[in-house]
Amino acid sequence: MIRVQSEDFDLGAELAMLTRGNHGIGGLCSFVGLVRDMAGDAAISAMTLEHYPGMTERELERIEAEARARWPLDATLIIHRYGRLQPGDQIVLVAAASAHRQAAFEACHYLIDFLKTRAPFWKLEDTPDGGQWVDARASDDKAVARWVDHDNPGHEKAAE
Amino acid sequence: MRLMYFAWLREKVGVSEEQAEPPAEAVTVGQLLDWLEGRGQGYADAFADRTIVRVAVNQEYVTLDHPVAAGDEVAFFPPVTGG
Repeated sequence: MIRVQSEDFDLGAELAMLTRGNHGIGGLCSFVGLVRDMAGDAAISAMTLEHYPGMTERELERIEAEARARWPLDATLIIHRYGRLQPGDQIVLVAAASAHRQAAFEACHYLIDFLKTRAPFWKLEDTPDGGQWVDARASDDKAVARWVDHDNPGHEKAAE
Repeated sequence: MRLMYFAWLREKVGVSEEQAEPPAEAVTVGQLLDWLEGRGQGYADAFADRTIVRVAVNQEYVTLDHPVAAGDEVAFFPPVTGG
């Protein structure tokens, strides 16, 4: 399931709902992204997340479907917030549940790596010098490249 | 054609979206950008470095050689920074 919302989320309640009634699940892995109070040397007083309604949901659903095709998952969840957030606020939750831990860990990692490079969100940070748009990081592209098999373009690398 | 702009591209262009009727010879995203750049300084500034402009046609990522047609929704934005 995917949700794009301005409201905060309750991690415990979301995870409980995700696995409720499915006792074949043996492992549940989650990642929560938070707003930091520093970017490099600049203090951040707030962050505003902009997104592309419609395309955002399509991309998140596609990333979720790719993960579910790649690992034997019982449940997946992506929640991403938009709007104005404060340092310490939750931005994003990804979670993956499976019979065993390896699929849950790997799928969770895959979901957040692809979300960061494909989902159309942009961050505007409030700094003492005014608003600064966050630049995309080369390290995020490298994180995604890790999942792709360069010896066999078009095919993703088998789980290690 | 519905044109949409996000993040700092939106700030430079000055609007978040608009309806436009590009000339018939603008049949690819790149040619659409050529036309848009001539519409004013804000557009020229927004599209000055095409290597950092991402494009979606009808909400799918495309490259500059992708075709565009009347009725399409074409969005321009910087590399994404969610998560």
